[in-house]
Amino acid sequence: MAQVSSIADEQASTPLSSPKSIVLRISKFNPKSDESSKFMEFTVPYQKWTTVLEAILDVKKHFDHSVAVRYSCRQATCGSCGMMINGKPKLACFTKISELDSDVVTVEPMNNFPVIRDLTVGFEKLFEKHQKIQPYLIRDDSELESDEREFLQSPQEVEQYIQFANCIKCGLCNSACPTMATDSSFVGPQALAQAYRYVADSRDKGKDSRLNIIDESHGIWRCHFAGSCSQVCPKGVDPAMGIQFLRGYLLGFRS
Amino acid sequence: MKESTIMKIHYGTALASVGLVAVHILMRLTTGFADSLSYENVLANYQSVPYVIMLELILILLAVHGFNGLRVILLELKQGRVYEKAVSYGSMVGMIVLIGYGSRTIIMTNMGMT
Repeated sequence: MAQVSSIADEQASTPLSSPKSIVLRISKFNPKSDESSKFMEFTVPYQKWTTVLEAILDVKKHFDHSVAVRYSCRQATCGSCGMMINGKPKLACFTKISELDSDVVTVEPMNNFPVIRDLTVGFEKLFEKHQKIQPYLIRDDSELESDEREFLQSPQEVEQYIQFANCIKCGLCNSACPTMATDSSFVGPQALAQAYRYVADSRDKGKDSRLNIIDESHGIWRCHFAGSCSQVCPKGVDPAMGIQFLRGYLLGFRS
Repeated sequence: MKESTIMKIHYGTALASVGLVAVHILMRLTTGFADSLSYENVLANYQSVPYVIMLELILILLAVHGFNGLRVILLELKQGRVYEKAVSYGSMVGMIVLIGYGSRTIIMTNMGMT
């Protein structure tokens, strides 16, 4: 059953001069002891700059410090605080309450990931799939000799892959992917985008190896181009486009 | 077989099916749509060898495309080594049975065994 609590005036991290408040609904679930998730409700004041993460941390500080949430940098760089915010996968530190345009903010753990507790999900499979596509430069002369220079690239060559290098492994794309909802073996948009990031890199010579890895029954062909991955990426990466480019290599349209 | 080869066949059979089914539907217009579907006219179609070859091709293309599509849907629905093998081989068997049964019908009708 939901419990509604309010932060006492003197305790709120957001000054109570703020006339605005929202009801923050937090999903609580411990797979070790609970059969299903339940929502706890808290009334939290906010300013126009207050983020969802700050509201959750207010709740942790003043009402229920057992709320499990993973966070670190608070500036959309570490990719730790991905969660479902009002039904959409977003970074809690990068989402302002004021921009949600709602009096009720519901936070849940990301879809398509195993829940560790409350808002925290397990990233083992994400990192396993990321590692599987060989996310590093592959070259015959991989070690630089002391008298050699760095591998040079033209701005045009950098342009081919640079947006994909912005991936912070937050898992929002995998959470939004409709294929991942039913196919747990699907390699996923995150890993596929990273496969393209290295395939498109002029310094890399591991294209054939990577294309072989993703060319399997739960690989690139299971993408149905819903495009949700690109919609939710907080860093402007376009995994759906990368996947289509990779398909171009496999179908012989690109070389 | 590599998944990319299977998907190339999948896309190829889709494109070829669209072309041949279009011809098949246009053929209905040669004698008026309703007349072309009368029992005698349908049987008469099977006496034309080029048309029979086209029907056989449509059967093969649609069976290959359809059963591969079914395989893909089932693979996305559930995972597991045994299940995936069963789906892959089951789709293959289903495809062969359908092509076999359809070919039998086409050949028998062509030979006048109605």
